Amino acid sequence: MIDKFVRSMAEAMDGIRDGSVVMIPGFAEVGAPNALIDGLIEQGATDLTVIINATGKPRVAGAKVTGFARLVELGRVRKVVTSFVRAGSVCGDAVKAGTVVAEVIPQGTLAERIRAAGAGIPAFYTPTGADTLVAEGKEIREYRGRRCVLEEAIHADVALVEAWMADRWGNLVFRGAGRNFNPLVAMAAELTIVQTHHVCDLGQMPAEQVMTPGIFVDRVLHLPVGDPKLPI
Amino acid sequence: MSTTTEQAWKPLSRDGMAARAARDIPEGWYVNLGIGVPTLIGNHIPAEREVILHSENGVLGMGPAPEKHKENPWLINASSQRISLRVGASLVHHADSFAIVRGGHLDLCVLGGFQVAENGDLANWSHSPKEVARQIGGAMDLAVGAKRVWVVMEHVTKDGQPRLLRRCTYPLTAGACVTRVYTNMAVLDVTPAGFKVAEIIPGMSFSELQARTEAELLR
Repeated sequence: MIDKFVRSMAEAMDGIRDGSVVMIPGFAEVGAPNALIDGLIEQGATDLTVIINATGKPRVAGAKVTGFARLVELGRVRKVVTSFVRAGSVCGDAVKAGTVVAEVIPQGTLAERIRAAGAGIPAFYTPTGADTLVAEGKEIREYRGRRCVLEEAIHADVALVEAWMADRWGNLVFRGAGRNFNPLVAMAAELTIVQTHHVCDLGQMPAEQVMTPGIFVDRVLHLPVGDPKLPI
Repeated sequence: MSTTTEQAWKPLSRDGMAARAARDIPEGWYVNLGIGVPTLIGNHIPAEREVILHSENGVLGMGPAPEKHKENPWLINASSQRISLRVGASLVHHADSFAIVRGGHLDLCVLGGFQVAENGDLANWSHSPKEVARQIGGAMDLAVGAKRVWVVMEHVTKDGQPRLLRRCTYPLTAGACVTRVYTNMAVLDVTPAGFKVAEIIPGMSFSELQARTEAELLR
């Protein structure tokens, strides 16, 4: 019997090595696997390369640093691939200090590079960024009269995923705008770990409504963590 | 004794610019509104005009800001503000959302800008290649992908420097992409010959507008 459910955070995080490439989905707090990030902090892997859409808001005096920013603050991140770095954020400060290297790329290119990895496409040409700093050092070719940049797939060792509902095969449904990068990172990693709000029996999720099929999922941890917080 | 120069004109407010741009968006268009003033445009499109708003985080068919007690914490826009969905809305993942953007399916995107050049070059994500802050987000994809790219921005910077230039001095978002600019002083079309003034706020003359613009304006 296939059962991808794990019973503890320690079991969910087991085997994540130093130097891993880790994908973290989410848009603001929606669809962000915050409990799994806390688990990764606890687990201790370091020297990480993190693939994440946005690297956090500027620091707020007195506010607790959590999630990805906490991972950076603890010195566990060596490189980040992202579409957004803000001045005055924990990550922005680390980039300024030279302790974190940031590769900042367009959001659609980020999504497609992740999708390409999962789909077995090693690289693709996109018109996005062709006339910009993003194209520096990259191969340019003209297609249908437009300059296009060669962009490579991004593979990960580990993907952390936030689902609304999961069954024991790892079939997933996401809620609202919480889908965002989740189905993409699930496809692109060697090890895909899911936190889910709800659990259902096999067959309860109508086949037509499965958003990520279990083939892309390795471990599922049931964590009813509640609704995403209001953005600050 | 101080003398005050009576200015015959008053620049549009942020909401004024948003309302002006909203007037030109016809029913049936699929539209992405960028962060900042462009987001306000949604509030000025009458509910009975069926314009379908896209948000880069996978929302097609955004509705107006929800009433406090009807907020859904799972629904936000690209600015991380809580939103509602229109009847008929759909939700997709990020690769599909950017297929909508990059694949040429949007009739229009409206972006904020730092600078626009007379050939339609746009700079809206960074002030310098040396800057730590790099805030690209979805702007580069939107600028190359949408059928039309409009920019809504103040005509000059806070310290009076022009934003409509012969060539952008900040790092580009995309080259030759902008088709129309709405500022707090004018509406301008980007044409092969340069910026053509379509409209000036009441009381302002063409030469007063030109004085606040580095690029040469066409009537």
